[in-house]
Amino acid sequence: MFEAILSFLPRAVSQGIPLLYGSTGEIITQKSGNMNLGIPGVMYVGGICGVIGAFIYEQSLPSPEAMIPFFAVLIPLLFCLLGSLLMGALFCFLTVTLRANQNVTGLAMTTFGVGFGNFFGGSLVKLAGADMPYLALTATSNCFKKTLPLAAILNSWGDSIDEACGKMGVFGDKLGNVIDFIFDAFGEVLLNYSFLVYLAIIIALIASFIINRTRTGLHLRAVGENPATADSAGINVNLYKYVATCLGCMIAGLGGLYYVMDYANGIWANNAFGDRGWLAIALVIFTVWRPNVGVVASFLFGGLYILHMYIPSGMNLAVKELYKMLPYVVTIIVLIISSLRNQRDKQPPQSLGLPYFREDR
Amino acid sequence: MNKNREPLFHISKRGDMPWYFGWGVRAASILLALLVCGIISSLVTSENPIQIYGTIFDGSFGSVRKFMVLLQNIAMLLCIALALTPAFKMRFWNIGGEGQALAGALAAAACMILMKDLPNIVVIPCMFITSILAGALWGAIPAVFKAKFGTNETLFTLMMNYVAIQLVAYFSVVWENPKGSGSIGVINPLTKIGWFPDPSGIKTAIGDFLANGWIADLPFSQALENLFIKSEWLFDILCSKYTVNIVIVALVTVGMYIYLNYTKHGYEISVVGESERTARYIGIKVDRVILRTMLISGAICGLAGLLLVGGTNHTLNADIVAGRGFTAVMVSWLAKFNPIWMVLTSFLLVFLERGAGEIATDFSLNASYGDILTGIILFFIIGGEFFINYKLSLKKSSKKEEK
Repeated sequence: MFEAILSFLPRAVSQGIPLLYGSTGEIITQKSGNMNLGIPGVMYVGGICGVIGAFIYEQSLPSPEAMIPFFAVLIPLLFCLLGSLLMGALFCFLTVTLRANQNVTGLAMTTFGVGFGNFFGGSLVKLAGADMPYLALTATSNCFKKTLPLAAILNSWGDSIDEACGKMGVFGDKLGNVIDFIFDAFGEVLLNYSFLVYLAIIIALIASFIINRTRTGLHLRAVGENPATADSAGINVNLYKYVATCLGCMIAGLGGLYYVMDYANGIWANNAFGDRGWLAIALVIFTVWRPNVGVVASFLFGGLYILHMYIPSGMNLAVKELYKMLPYVVTIIVLIISSLRNQRDKQPPQSLGLPYFREDR
Repeated sequence: MNKNREPLFHISKRGDMPWYFGWGVRAASILLALLVCGIISSLVTSENPIQIYGTIFDGSFGSVRKFMVLLQNIAMLLCIALALTPAFKMRFWNIGGEGQALAGALAAAACMILMKDLPNIVVIPCMFITSILAGALWGAIPAVFKAKFGTNETLFTLMMNYVAIQLVAYFSVVWENPKGSGSIGVINPLTKIGWFPDPSGIKTAIGDFLANGWIADLPFSQALENLFIKSEWLFDILCSKYTVNIVIVALVTVGMYIYLNYTKHGYEISVVGESERTARYIGIKVDRVILRTMLISGAICGLAGLLLVGGTNHTLNADIVAGRGFTAVMVSWLAKFNPIWMVLTSFLLVFLERGAGEIATDFSLNASYGDILTGIILFFIIGGEFFINYKLSLKKSSKKEEK
């Protein structure tokens, strides 16, 4: 039982991280009043740009041993950020400067982004000349997956405590086992991740702090709630929208990068990313626009997403499909409840999805 | 971006422009987009651009079969776009077309599977009723919450898509055939229960009649038969298995045009869309309009699902709607919610998709190439809308007006 939970929790966390990146990015975007339904596309672009960067770097090396881990991480990271930044800039140009409909632009961006990812993914597979229908960047992935040695240290501490307790008779032996187990579990569940996981959590917490506790955040919220008022208070509405949306897209793009490089072990297969982008948007609603809640909620969603693998359903495969419905049903329920209770701090930004034109006032 | 102090351009709203101005700008942005797509395609394939355009054209008009597939895809996309339009006109962002169509498809498939021992004359009407009800139900759920509590409909309908997808996945396993495949194969392949009548038999019958019937004894029969053979393609078009779908969607198009423009309901929808407060003031019950419109919207989506299952695919899987629920949003919006123009916009999108698919197979590119081209063209058209609604005037000269 404990074993199952111990294997479940880290997997839930690593499932949740792409969602956390996506939802943090989308929350920042939505706080500025831009409803970016292109996030699924942006995450694809982020992922494939990272893959392209890694591919170029790996191909340029004479041998895999010559790989410098620092560059192996930095180059895909920069490619990913650049790619998703461009997507964000495109969305802003169309919706803020050209005042196009945000839903339509977002959906077009999703079409484009998913196509872009699959096209270049497929082309790289062909370039690499592999027989397999996917591209494996294992060397780069290993650099991304480097974990801190904390879990191992904790594990050895646990072992030595166990040994020390073992000398104190039967009761001590039991106690030692328990302590060892707790240390192992703690290390396994909390400390055994790569840097992108911690980065996601840190970004979410910082975003939460900035949105709720700083002047910039106050201005950002003002832009999302009522751009006309913000404008008359001297806030540069377009600048805030641009920066928030581009930043949001870059953060979301990292989710795609994390998925390919860490979760999927550097293997790009077309459409493998699936509908996680929409799930990230669901998470935005679920957390009622709070990135710090998103940290926990994304792990919950990640857990719901893979719950079907852990439910003992025997031969009945059909039920597993129903379990996959859970994250969406839960989101709908949250959406309904938050509109029912009608609390002012738990509503979408008031002008979400509406373009702002100064002379329209 | 800090243009607040010294704006480079002055942006102002245009007044009423003649209708051809808007369509001129749209045509220009499509042409520009096609140019860009051509350039990108010839870079990718290192083929001359004219060849590329030829290939794009070939994808839709290369053969009678390709042409019929084009028409079928237009019909399906158009049907869902028509369904979404009344909701959009009401400013109810129904992006749940995918889910509503899937609900309809699921209901149709359920009828075909569960009533496989009954005759078609019973099963097909049942399919119509259940699919339309299922789609309407799927659309009505978000509408009820929107009307009563103001729940955000964009996000609600979006989530309902995935609930429907998983529901279909669930039933795909429940009704799997053969066992263990995890998917429903072609339903009732032998009895053809629940399949729409296939008019291609008519063509064979006519040919047979001309060759062997009593008419063969008449003096001009040879000429008639020759005429028939020469115009066989025409019969191929008129009697293909897609014809039923296309005719139904054509009827829906006309019906929707009339509904939106010449009925009291259509008027109420546009008033609610323009201003909910005005609607309340003049005594329109906004809640009821929202619910009624979404019932219609969902019902037509359900009909699209039915046409896909009963008319062409004769099977059910979670991918049967193939993202049309999302593309339809763009079709409807690009046509400014006008059902007749929607024929054109859905033609444009399907034409490009088929063309890009043709490029992809001809030059052995990835099939996703079409999505990239579609995306680029959409960006251009979306951007072009700006120049229809707003006027750019440069502070010093107006040379850059067209940019």
